[in-house]
Amino acid sequence: MEPLLLFPEPAPPPLAQALDLSGYPWKAAVSIEAADRIEPDDGWSGAIVCADIDPDGAFALCRSLRKRDLPLEPLLLLVAGSQLGELELREDLFDDFCVTPWQGQELEARLAHLFWRTGRGTRPDLVEYGPLVLNLETYQAALSGRPLDLTYMEYELLKFLATHPGKVFTREVLLSRVWGYEYYGGARTVDVHIRRLRAKLGEEHANLISTVRSVGYRFGQSRWSG
Amino acid sequence: MERQQDYVLRTVEERGVRFVQMWFTDVLGTPKSFQITPAELENAMQEGMTFDGSTIDGFSRVQESDVLAMPDAKTFQLLPYLGGGPPVARVVCDVVNLDGSPFEGDPRQVLRRALERARELGFSFFVAPELEYFYFAQMSGEPDGVAPIPLDRGSYFDLTTNDVASELRRQTVLTLEDMGIPVEYSQHEDAPSQHEIDLRYTDALTMADTVMTVRMVVKEIAAQHQVMATFMPKPLFGVQGSGMHTHMSLFDGDNNAFYDDSDEYNLSPVARHFIAGVLTHATELTAVTNQWVNSYKRLIVGYEAPVYISWARNNRSALVRVPPTKRGKRDSTRIEYRAPDSAANPYLTFAAVLSAGLLGIEKAYELPAEAAANLYELSPAQRLAEGIHALPGSLSEAVDAMERSELMAEVLGEHVFEWFVRNKRAEWADYKAEVTAFELRRYLTSL
Repeated sequence: MEPLLLFPEPAPPPLAQALDLSGYPWKAAVSIEAADRIEPDDGWSGAIVCADIDPDGAFALCRSLRKRDLPLEPLLLLVAGSQLGELELREDLFDDFCVTPWQGQELEARLAHLFWRTGRGTRPDLVEYGPLVLNLETYQAALSGRPLDLTYMEYELLKFLATHPGKVFTREVLLSRVWGYEYYGGARTVDVHIRRLRAKLGEEHANLISTVRSVGYRFGQSRWSG
Repeated sequence: MERQQDYVLRTVEERGVRFVQMWFTDVLGTPKSFQITPAELENAMQEGMTFDGSTIDGFSRVQESDVLAMPDAKTFQLLPYLGGGPPVARVVCDVVNLDGSPFEGDPRQVLRRALERARELGFSFFVAPELEYFYFAQMSGEPDGVAPIPLDRGSYFDLTTNDVASELRRQTVLTLEDMGIPVEYSQHEDAPSQHEIDLRYTDALTMADTVMTVRMVVKEIAAQHQVMATFMPKPLFGVQGSGMHTHMSLFDGDNNAFYDDSDEYNLSPVARHFIAGVLTHATELTAVTNQWVNSYKRLIVGYEAPVYISWARNNRSALVRVPPTKRGKRDSTRIEYRAPDSAANPYLTFAAVLSAGLLGIEKAYELPAEAAANLYELSPAQRLAEGIHALPGSLSEAVDAMERSELMAEVLGEHVFEWFVRNKRAEWADYKAEVTAFELRRYLTSL
């Protein structure tokens, strides 16, 4: 996935952190010129513009991004509540907005929705985490370059977990999101599949999936452990 | 469903799979398979592959002999133990009639039916078997009645460096883990060259598939090293046989339905009725859990195999053992049914024991008192006084008990039930006609 453009630079630390944790690559730019200069060859995947920090610079950047031959989208605007009036007659400059102080979950949901709407998808074809690589297009998984032979449900479970690293899921949520139907095993099925996955990941990498006592499971590092 | 099939097809393509083995099991628990090419796979998954069932034990019927193998895409798995060469995969199949209805001779369907009944009562059924087996020196030609030669003379927890058998077991466990089959524990057993692999619990259908897989992998890896592995219940006179002690629990959603912290044994009423059901119908189940003439050479006094119908917490002579629940480990509350041997058909065994337990729950059978003493040491009179009966002493007795059982007729379905009784009677008749080494040794010169 190409990076998101962030304005201004330096990007507000909470925003940078939230994007890092949800797995969105980004680059921050201090001006329109800087944004053009550091733009990746394949273009930005979208932009998040903080209008609460430098309103004039922010709206100018939005306008320049939208006036391109191929207008940049999606464009998410972060505004202070007191600025909502300023959005009038600027509806064309952004695809959605979020009022600051924004909440991580809301930001993530809005981004996911924007990407879905603009048909880019938030999910790149490759999911990488440490030594693990999942190719979502070919359904293949590899660990340190060695292919993993997974059954369908093992693959689906690993895919779900690996695309939400750091998040803790209960068995019920995993059952409903991954299996999506009442299975012979009930919620215990999840434990069984986690164990099978760990067996296949091998001793060295079994800890990619950790058990969160009396809650459920988490893939990769905790979001809050720094 | 379609995504699963798509997954299988893409994996076959990406990994360059050259053959796909279609696995199913006959009524006696013998693995059966035929190979198809990737080109046939897509069609096979949608429409099934027709084959002639009349050559398969327990599949033959009077009217129509053709049946269909329908791959269960969830079970698709590459086979790592085949070593070099292009990858080969397997998929476990359900056997269905040409009109798509479940085929009544398919053991997997028998188990599915039993699980469906459990589900109607709100339960899912989990099992964790312990599989014992022997490694012997490979024989040339057909077995000719001579006792096999053990590979080692080790016993319990022996650790020797140059132990071929232990190396085989280690490779087997690693291969199983590669196939997503977690092994709880593996060890050298009591008898020379006897080994045990304990599997971690999973739902019963997956576990029955898994038991078939484990037997295959154990035998295959042994054969690759010119060693013979056998799951024969009692291959050597005078030492332990090979059991398949089966740990079982019922879950009601996320709760272990066997657990009750207010009970002195931590056993819920559901667990108590379940055990009572299993004990009440144990005699009727035995032909399935111990289906060979040789099975009854294992079920004798003095070898940690159950003989008497009883339950206990810490008494390994009991038929049903209730392992103590560790504090705060409610999920691990379970019962262990100790009769089945490693050569049982896992589908039919799990279905039969489960159904007996469910009947106990439905009819709220009363659980008798725990067997206190070592049952082997009781005199016949004491056993009678305590109301403790023995399991069938031979295949013939077991088949008699099964034939009278309404429960077994219902669990197995008419087709399997009828075929099984007929087949086992024939096996007994063959055995009875045999003049054994025992007889020759004992009688030939003295009489």
